[in-house]
Amino acid sequence: MTQRLHDILAPHEAELLRDWLREQLKALRPELIREDEVRQQSREFLRLLLEALRSGEETDISGAGWADVRGFLEKISASRVVQGFSPSQTATFVFSLKQPIFSRLRTEARSADELAGDSWRVTMLLDSLGLYTTEVFQKNREGIILRQQEEMMELSTPVVTLWEGVLALPLIGTLDSQRTQTVMEALLQRIVETESDIAIIDITGVPTVDTLTAQHLLKTITAARLMGAECIISGIRPQIAQTIVHLGVSLGDVVTKSSLAGAFQVALARRGDQIIRASGGTRGDGRPE
Amino acid sequence: MDRIPILKMGPHLLVTIQVDMHDQMAMALQEDLTARIDKEKARGVLLDISALEVVDSFIGRVIGNIALTSRILDAETVVVGMQPAVAITLVELGLSLQGVRTALNVERGMQILARRVEAERGSRRPPEVRGAGND
Repeated sequence: MTQRLHDILAPHEAELLRDWLREQLKALRPELIREDEVRQQSREFLRLLLEALRSGEETDISGAGWADVRGFLEKISASRVVQGFSPSQTATFVFSLKQPIFSRLRTEARSADELAGDSWRVTMLLDSLGLYTTEVFQKNREGIILRQQEEMMELSTPVVTLWEGVLALPLIGTLDSQRTQTVMEALLQRIVETESDIAIIDITGVPTVDTLTAQHLLKTITAARLMGAECIISGIRPQIAQTIVHLGVSLGDVVTKSSLAGAFQVALARRGDQIIRASGGTRGDGRPE
Repeated sequence: MDRIPILKMGPHLLVTIQVDMHDQMAMALQEDLTARIDKEKARGVLLDISALEVVDSFIGRVIGNIALTSRILDAETVVVGMQPAVAITLVELGLSLQGVRTALNVERGMQILARRVEAERGSRRPPEVRGAGND
């Protein structure tokens, strides 16, 4: 079917390209893309398109014959995401080819029926190719968002060892159910790995606490207790303290401290360790002289 | 039917659950353990569940019950080595084992029990003979 299109269009490849480029350069955004890049991309796309048409594949672009064209469009789409094009601008790259092709078909057509049929096929084809660029565009965006989400998730749940047997979990950002699950598992896992019996959960970086968040925190603390570790919450800000009381959430007998430093002192006291100030380079007994 | 062995270590009993417990086994353990505590006049029980990977509400409750029953029989029970997944499951099931002592591993659990025996010994006037069964 498409063989016919190839036969009509192939001899006029150069003119097609010229007309198409004229179309594109009218709306060229020189701050985003260079002219020679557009030229080169257009030439390449037209060549691949004609090649696919010659292979006689149907107008369904998901076929194997269109693999090269699809691959090329993916590349263009990806590069235009980076260059700052909008999805519709990217799709216009393909759609702007319609007019040159249509005018070529008109001059070559032998009958009205033939022209209508060819136009329909070209429209179908270019529409699906244009939509494909948009699809890829979106997929790229989604990929970026997903990756960033994962990165954020990993970045936001570091469990650090403060002291032998003392872990700290500085929480930053809003706690939703999924994050809390990750946080919880990370903390409990580290407790097992390091055999720490005290864990300090620092919520200085948590902007707001609602009932759900408080519930999650309490669950984590209870789970840690079941494993034989004690949790201390630190960094509760005045507003959050008010919210917690307001919500009627009971923190039970969980030790709370206003700062991480305070919680650390409690942890040391629980372990029976203490830090002594060394002065004037004296070591050993550490007493100031 | 398989039974979970109960080992005597000085004044304490050590129960190590090495297999996934089914309901019958858990019930049998509860009976065996209470009988043993009574017979040996045990002061403490260490319940090592570090090999327990899966837990359901029934097993969770039995573990809690074992601990509370032992306490009534004057033997402090320490549940040791609970896996994170098990801890999360129990919390989600609403079984927080209130009033049950926990420790990270057998060693820490032993320390807790030893401290308790120590404290009791300290509070009594005539020193006990080491190694002899306490009354």
